[in-house]
Amino acid sequence: MTPLKRDSPDRRVTCITYPEPGAMGRTGDWRIFRPIVDNDKCTGCQTCWLFCPDAAITMDKNNKPVINLEYCKGCMICETTCPVKAITRVRETEADIE
Amino acid sequence: MSKIISVTGNHSASWAARTVIPAVIAAYPITPQTTIVEKIAEFVESGELKSEYVRVESEHSAMAACIGASALGLRTFTATSSHGLALMHEMLHWAGRSRLPIVMPVVNRSLGPPWNIWSDHTDTMSQRDTGWIQFYASNNQEVYDTVLMLFRLCEDPKVLLPGMVALDAYILSHTFTSIEVYEHDEITDFLPSYEAGHWKLDPKDPMATGNIAGPEYYYELSYAIHEGFEAARKLIPKVEADFKKHFGRDHGQFINEYHCDDAEVILIALGTMGEEAQLAVDELRNEGVAAGSARLRVFRPFPAEQIQALAKKAKAFVVIDRSLSYGHLGGAVTEIRSALYRGGQTIPVQGVIAGLGGRDVRHTDIKKMFKIGFDVADKGEAKPDIFYGLKR
Amino acid sequence: MVAIKDLPREEYIELGHAACAGCGATIAIRHALKALGDNTILTVPACCMSVIQGLYPKNGLCIPVLNTAFMTAGAAASGIAAGLKYMGKDKEINLMAWAGDGGTYDIGIQALSGAAERQTNFIYTCYNNEAYGNTGMQRSGATPYGSFSTTTPTGKMQHRKPFARIMAEHGIPYTASISAAYPRLVYETYSKAKELVGTRYIEIHTMCPTGWRYLTWDTVEMGKLAVDTGVWIMWEKEGEEWRFLGRSKQIAEGKVKRKPLMDYLKPQGRFRTLIKNPARVEEFERGIEREWKILKQRVEC
Repeated sequence: MTPLKRDSPDRRVTCITYPEPGAMGRTGDWRIFRPIVDNDKCTGCQTCWLFCPDAAITMDKNNKPVINLEYCKGCMICETTCPVKAITRVRETEADIE
Repeated sequence: MSKIISVTGNHSASWAARTVIPAVIAAYPITPQTTIVEKIAEFVESGELKSEYVRVESEHSAMAACIGASALGLRTFTATSSHGLALMHEMLHWAGRSRLPIVMPVVNRSLGPPWNIWSDHTDTMSQRDTGWIQFYASNNQEVYDTVLMLFRLCEDPKVLLPGMVALDAYILSHTFTSIEVYEHDEITDFLPSYEAGHWKLDPKDPMATGNIAGPEYYYELSYAIHEGFEAARKLIPKVEADFKKHFGRDHGQFINEYHCDDAEVILIALGTMGEEAQLAVDELRNEGVAAGSARLRVFRPFPAEQIQALAKKAKAFVVIDRSLSYGHLGGAVTEIRSALYRGGQTIPVQGVIAGLGGRDVRHTDIKKMFKIGFDVADKGEAKPDIFYGLKR
Repeated sequence: MVAIKDLPREEYIELGHAACAGCGATIAIRHALKALGDNTILTVPACCMSVIQGLYPKNGLCIPVLNTAFMTAGAAASGIAAGLKYMGKDKEINLMAWAGDGGTYDIGIQALSGAAERQTNFIYTCYNNEAYGNTGMQRSGATPYGSFSTTTPTGKMQHRKPFARIMAEHGIPYTASISAAYPRLVYETYSKAKELVGTRYIEIHTMCPTGWRYLTWDTVEMGKLAVDTGVWIMWEKEGEEWRFLGRSKQIAEGKVKRKPLMDYLKPQGRFRTLIKNPARVEEFERGIEREWKILKQRVEC
């Protein structure tokens, strides 16, 4: 028997959910502070990537952190764990509007 | 090769499991269900039944384990009674609402305090809102057959609901009669293997169930469960017809009627009282009395249409309940009256509460209840519900 | 210890899940799942992680999850484990129950103890934020002595249960007590557990800014202070051998001195009442010392 397709109405027999980003919406809207990375100071140690609870940090091809601002909640753990203080914070209300 | 064996009602349930071969059985013992799980343990440990048997540490865990196994898309089975059923109440809801076709015999036993291990329907009556299909059996062959039929009914892609079959404590659970049992390969035409097309836990196609859903979704999800019951309603006659085709037997679908077509008074009961009533009908008919009995087999989905059709045949109903919702009435009589009202029917319905805590209800008692019923039919009006045999 | 650069890049949590900003539990599950990989089934009883998965019809975790009722993590896992065995997939698919301290120490203890006694083949993770976090920080059996909780507003008067030790005494093949402040240790612990068979109990101290009343960016610091001050002890029992882990090992061997207790208690709002009461702080310390003493005896044996 072929399993039902994901969007089949027969899948609505119970509360089935599928892995998708944004299960709590655009969590970037939660931010009070926004992390700002100074790529010159950054040594590419990836400590920020290690600790981000939201997996919102990825490393680019130059081994520098890229922070997904659509979902970053602004917890600033990346700032406090960075060993070379390459990440600082700015108030979301004062940050450049994307 | 099918064979005739002499077994108790409980062992009939164990043999049904042995025939179906569920993938996982997770059960906890409780009097008087204990011999069901003991027999299954013997079958498993001798190698006759190749199911995984989890000897869980409570009934609540039994149902949780069944849910876990069923969530993999596997056939699962358990059994319980009375306090065990009450203990797993939360998880009965979880199984029904998750659309997992778990099958479970329940030995009808009273609830305490005091501790009373004898027959009473309050345990299963109290669980009629949990999203489980409910059947009541009145003989050992029916227990065996209904387990087989439940797997087929519950696993149907339009139904996908768990189901229970109730059997009276001691009257059935511990009483020997002969039944016909089959080997697994003899039933696979009637009961093909289970394919969980709706959802299952599979790392190749990740999905989840049971995280949060707000008011904008919950209502429709509940309605979907209700639709499953409506599908079951349509399917029950088909499943039983197919069972008869394969095995030469049926048990009356929703209501097992006995001499109802030309009856003046029809007495309705569940479980073994329903079959005991047939003895009373036989004796009354010999005396020239137009009595008929109807054994209500299916309680969920509630067969309102069949009750309404039955009411057209008689001048009065007598309904015996082996359960009591304190502060109101018995479970069956309440729902029967409601069905008649919805059908615009006004025949008097005489409610009788009897047999609580295992007090015997014999055909001689049922004859007395029929007498009251004929009185009611004459007067055109029921008396207040009778607590039959109350020693006060 | 695995280098950060060598950790797998694959993420098993989605962006935009519902955890509080600065949640220690999500750091923990992120790295646990990196170790276990995508051939994993999770069962989650009522706890923060139920809600972290977000709202229907979406889910914030990338592997199959059976969400289940509060007290059933161990039992649901027992059923899934039996099913996987029936299917012949018990060696191929990792099964993990992921529960909070409430669903483990309190309401879930029966099902977990039963599953362990039956030698159920699964990993049970208790992520411990030391209270019923999901519902607003009511006390649990894991809440530390003297801590605020909404049901013990003037301070809990009982020490926490030494639950990981209780699980170790079940005689299960692997027990560990680790911390989300050390994600590489989390990864290594799960990598090790993945290869073992039987009931594996892993308890992770997961820092909770919302519940412990500190600001989100101090999450990792709080976790490290818990270990540095000796309040949280990291250890594992593999077979019959007990051993301390990481910083706790250095403390036990006398290579590193414990930081003063107040360094850990002062920054957290939940200890505000406790620290004003020197007699209670002494009782708190007595509890910590007792735990160190017992664990040292186990390790030395």
